[in-house]
Amino acid sequence: MDLRYSESDEAFRAGLRTWLERTLPELPPRPGWSDWGGRRRYDTDWQRRLFDAGYAGLSWPKEYGGRDASPSEQLVFLEETTRARAPYVGVNFVGSLHAGPTIMTEGSDEQKARYLPPVLRGDEVWCQGFSEPGAGSDLAALRTSAVRDGDHYVVNGQKIWCSFAHIADYGELLVRTDPDAPKHRGISWLILPMDTPGIDVRPIDTVIGSSEFCEVFLDDVRVPVANRVGAENDGWRITQVTFAFERGTAFVSELVEARRMAEDLAVLARDPAHRHELGHVAAELDAVWALTKRNVSRAARDGSPGDGALMVKLAYSESRQKLGDLSVRVLDRSALDIDNEFVVERLRTLALTIAAGTSQIQRNIISERLLGLPREQPWTSN
Amino acid sequence: MDFELSDDQVALRDGIRSLCEGRFPIKRVREGFDRAVHAELADAGVFSLRSDGFGVADAAVVFEELGRAVVPGPLVWLYLAHDRVDGIAGGLEVAGRKPPWMVEHLDVLDTLLVVDESGVRAVAAGTVAGAVPVARPLDPLTPVHRVEQLPKGEELGDCELVAQWRREGAVVTAAFLVGVAQACTDRSVAYAKERRQFDRPVGSFQAVKHILADMRVRAEVARASVHAAACTLDDPDVGDVARAVAGAKMLAGEAAITNGKAATQVHGGMGFTWEVDVHLYLKRAWVLDTVLGSVDDHADAVAATLPSP
Repeated sequence: MDLRYSESDEAFRAGLRTWLERTLPELPPRPGWSDWGGRRRYDTDWQRRLFDAGYAGLSWPKEYGGRDASPSEQLVFLEETTRARAPYVGVNFVGSLHAGPTIMTEGSDEQKARYLPPVLRGDEVWCQGFSEPGAGSDLAALRTSAVRDGDHYVVNGQKIWCSFAHIADYGELLVRTDPDAPKHRGISWLILPMDTPGIDVRPIDTVIGSSEFCEVFLDDVRVPVANRVGAENDGWRITQVTFAFERGTAFVSELVEARRMAEDLAVLARDPAHRHELGHVAAELDAVWALTKRNVSRAARDGSPGDGALMVKLAYSESRQKLGDLSVRVLDRSALDIDNEFVVERLRTLALTIAAGTSQIQRNIISERLLGLPREQPWTSN
Repeated sequence: MDFELSDDQVALRDGIRSLCEGRFPIKRVREGFDRAVHAELADAGVFSLRSDGFGVADAAVVFEELGRAVVPGPLVWLYLAHDRVDGIAGGLEVAGRKPPWMVEHLDVLDTLLVVDESGVRAVAAGTVAGAVPVARPLDPLTPVHRVEQLPKGEELGDCELVAQWRREGAVVTAAFLVGVAQACTDRSVAYAKERRQFDRPVGSFQAVKHILADMRVRAEVARASVHAAACTLDDPDVGDVARAVAGAKMLAGEAAITNGKAATQVHGGMGFTWEVDVHLYLKRAWVLDTVLGSVDDHADAVAATLPSP
């Protein structure tokens, strides 16, 4: 066991730090929370700067425009960008951490060549189309249908919690292609161009007010069969690949951000009881960061982050909510302003234990896959 | 950076695990700590790890296994004092406390190491007068005496030794506590697979399996924290030593205590019996939370490393 970064990691850090010092002062002011057009421009401009400097798609192979960086360099990147308060991945989230890695793993050569480079350059924004009003935790119960008509699918249905759908160019869409198969076996994963006729996007006002979430209504939407990723009816397996990326890596940048917020909150926390709790939460976040380093080390050895990745999401989201609760108490009546950075984060993080698999679903997965416990059996009346 | 156990550490872990399984099954552990237990652990090199060239990270691997087996004894003090005192040493922290002193394992000690802020004194155990045994110690495997007055003893080290022991001892104790937290998880999972109610294993109920998932995650997070602290002690350039150590002891103590309570709950009525071993883990966790800083002490210590208003 050893936590010392290598000389090449430190060289990478030094180069990145210099670049950040030069680049961050050039950025325009950040747009307001609900200015979605502005946020798309700001986040994709940042993505383009990363791309031009060779820092986009750190983990992606060079052939798709990535850097093919080592896992430890990816950690260094997160440490340095957070330290420098660089912009967050923002509207590029689905493309770079969700759909992109899925296409890289499961897509055809044509799909990789067409869709991956624009994500890295910040030219195209992606949204998610997985959940439905009747398919949340039980995602495989989804009913949005896709019926073959020549070389197209005709898609009908409704999606919800579609992050960034109101500003996206493409969506990752789960559809039912075989209504007669068992529910996990009749699903396909499609690339949905968001300008296709028949798509109606309605933003969802959340507890924060404006948000990245939308409802998407699909009415006879024609999607080329060539836009299917993977085999027909193999979409559930591909979705598990997407989730492995989401749970394993997408939360890492949030975690680094949370550690920075704990430091920021400490500057405001005077009450010894608050500081005591803050010490507690800071230690938890430090430990989840250590667990992330373990996962990264494991992935570098055998290609998979192992058991730890399943646990990071659950542990992180619970600790982050404690930090949020504490921040509101530290603020006292300053917390009565939703646009206070800590307050908006407190509200936003209510979703952490719900999105990407609720904490209850995570516990089912951990207890069944890691601990080998049996699935809960349906009750019969007796 | 490679935060996985090295091949040598895996071998060390497997070796000490098979020693514990072979020599310290729960039946023998229940008989408590004595000179034979001490001799076997000393032969295995558990106490001489540092003078044999091992790092704190290696010691953490070893002590986690001792914790899984809930091996009794003043193990951490023997480890810390190995190159300074002969025979069987135990420790007593007096800073911030008042008599009567609660002295562990006094009957089997040669030397009692009295630790306060200014230094460490070595007191010959035979010179401790008027010690009254606690008839029913909280942890049956950690016998305790009440002592009103301690002889002065000999000075063994100054505040620097105290600081070093507090750091290293906290991490090694934390590693033991991670082992306790893991053992509670493993035993509870096994029981939940076996125990049937309503014609099915109780481990199939989400109300039960979620407790078990949380136990597993709590132990894993604490383990990562302890290993990070151990690596930071071995190579102080990689982090903030004070913060890493405090976080590790805090999370490991909390994991062991919380998992001990959860294990009692999962075992149902049986978990409340003397016969089932679960209480031995919980009680040891409570004992070790009073040693080298409690969960509460260390939460404050982490907070002290954060920026101030």
